[in-house]
Amino acid sequence: MSTLEIKDLHVSIETEQGTKEILKGVSLTIKTGETHAIMGPNGSGKSTLASTIAGHPRYTVTSGTITLDGEDVLEMSVDERARAGVFLAMQYPVEVPGVTMTNFLRTAKTAIDGEAPALRTWTKDVKAAMQQLRIDADFAQRNVNEGFSGGEKKRVEILQLELFKPRFAILDETDSGLDVDALKVVSEGVNRAHEEGNMGTLLITHYTRILRYIKPDFVHVFVDGKVVEEGGPELADRLEDEGYDRYAPGAGVAVAPAVQA
Amino acid sequence: MTDITTEKARIGAPSAQPFINGFTEEGENLSPVNTGTNTSTTSEQPSAGPLGGASAKSHSHGGGVGIPDSSRAGRLTSYRLADFKPLNGLEEDWRFTPLKRLRGLHTDVLNGAAPAVSVTAPAGVVVETVGRDDKRIGQAAIPEDLVSANAWENFAEATVVTVPAELQAESEVSVLITGAGEAPSAQHIVIVAERFSKAVVVLDHQGSAVVSENVEIIVEDGAELTVVSLQEWADNAVHASSQQAKIGRDAKFKHIVVSLGGDLVRVTPSTRFTAPGADVEMFGLYFADAGQHLEQRLFVDHAVANCKSRVLYKGALQGRNAHSVWVGDVLIRKEAEGTDTYEANRNLVLTDGARADSVPNLEIETGLIEGAGHASATGRFDDEHLFYLMARGIPEKVARRLVVRGFLNEIIQQIKVPAIEDRLTAAVERELAATDN
Repeated sequence: MSTLEIKDLHVSIETEQGTKEILKGVSLTIKTGETHAIMGPNGSGKSTLASTIAGHPRYTVTSGTITLDGEDVLEMSVDERARAGVFLAMQYPVEVPGVTMTNFLRTAKTAIDGEAPALRTWTKDVKAAMQQLRIDADFAQRNVNEGFSGGEKKRVEILQLELFKPRFAILDETDSGLDVDALKVVSEGVNRAHEEGNMGTLLITHYTRILRYIKPDFVHVFVDGKVVEEGGPELADRLEDEGYDRYAPGAGVAVAPAVQA
Repeated sequence: MTDITTEKARIGAPSAQPFINGFTEEGENLSPVNTGTNTSTTSEQPSAGPLGGASAKSHSHGGGVGIPDSSRAGRLTSYRLADFKPLNGLEEDWRFTPLKRLRGLHTDVLNGAAPAVSVTAPAGVVVETVGRDDKRIGQAAIPEDLVSANAWENFAEATVVTVPAELQAESEVSVLITGAGEAPSAQHIVIVAERFSKAVVVLDHQGSAVVSENVEIIVEDGAELTVVSLQEWADNAVHASSQQAKIGRDAKFKHIVVSLGGDLVRVTPSTRFTAPGADVEMFGLYFADAGQHLEQRLFVDHAVANCKSRVLYKGALQGRNAHSVWVGDVLIRKEAEGTDTYEANRNLVLTDGARADSVPNLEIETGLIEGAGHASATGRFDDEHLFYLMARGIPEKVARRLVVRGFLNEIIQQIKVPAIEDRLTAAVERELAATDN
């Protein structure tokens, strides 16, 4: 079993107005086999957390730690993190000109495993995984994400998740922009990856909809760069009914409305 | 049908800073380098050579009745240098070229030692060195610009490669052209593929040179000819090359330009259909490094009916002031019914500070055609692409190579000469290795 541990993480970005702190002390522990949902309103810092774990250069960690089985993740380059078993399914996957999906998938798999996959089984695996995610076979010959629709891009992210078999998967709003059918297909993919291996999942989402298909063990509510409430799956149900309004600045969590006086 | 796509970087704020003096991101803004300063340099007009003056071949046309100046059909062509006005850099044809870096190709008498030519040819192919009065000279080409005319007036001897009728050359004809120094010089090469012959000719430019070159290519009826022009010059080389092909009935012609080395390289390939049923493919690959100017301006003249042309040029750019220019002129004349043509240019900008200009021009004078299209797209390989590939475990160097190799390989694999393909693949790897530092 592996553990991804985030402790008192503070992250800032450079903006035109100067340095802005986005994450203000986030602590989170994920073990393989667990699914954690991080929910929160827009601008709460959910995606910043995802990108920081993956090592996006835009984000500066000012204090705190991220460790994977005790190893310092923040010391690792982006590709080292991926090879250590951290996978980020991106919210906005970019188009990469000049590189076919086939070539990309094989190169990445080789880098992650440290050796080239056996050609025959690999081709079969890719084909089967594409079929399950209902990705057309001709996508293999197209350039990475080039001309793919939003839903197709998300499916291709999950395709990679299934093929690369990471220890920890971070799904950054994978559900946004998907219709119900695509959402089901994508969720099935995540669940398969979960059952198959020993994977820990950090599911970042704005909506509760995806939680009908992917059952979280823990739910963390993220507001203004911090976790403001934690609980089990029942917390998600409550959010579905009540929304994020009660976490709005000044509302005060779980405080009676009569306080204003 | 026309189709223009422009692909801009989606991620990362566009920089307002002009990376190249005189240029803005909106478009070219005529470079101060090219304006005003070079207008009075005509004092040393060389006298007309045997092909100029009263020579029967001397003629010029252009700007004729009813042909607008902006049409490619209206461009001045002449064997006489004196017919061309001195360049000031404002001309449509020269607006992207930094004239100061031509090192005299447009102003001086080109009497420096011409690059040495050595030809390795398979059995049956005839290689000759001939004087200016050889009757094959001037059969396929007529200068379309001043620098080409300057070479035409000044070349001392020409190399003529003839693939005799019906000969199927067993291996490629390799024409090694090695620079002989930095005095401005003129070069002339003639390639003749006679009826029903089949051959691949490689023009392999190496070393240091300041040279204006005219290449005449005759593809006779039913012949199948591939010409590959490799520019792997040393860093200081300046090379202008007009490569004009005359295409016969049912002939097949493939032209591939590969520009990698040199300070300024300007290749202007033209193909002219003279009889129906011919098929032309024109490919190009360029990789511009910091400070390099690599320009390609091509012309496909559909002057007769039922011919087909396909054009694809792909370029990668990296480093500050790396500059590539691609201009693709395709003209479908009124007579050229049944024409089928498509041209495209793709550029991949690998780093900040590089500039790719891309101008597809399609002129159509008849509606009775099979199809005509053009496309141009310039994309960036930026930090987000790199992040995406690295987030999948791929190390940075591998990621960069993956992208560029995939992009340029489409052209390299058109060459079909394994030794050259391997050499170019290795050259692309070297270019990429240069950015790792």
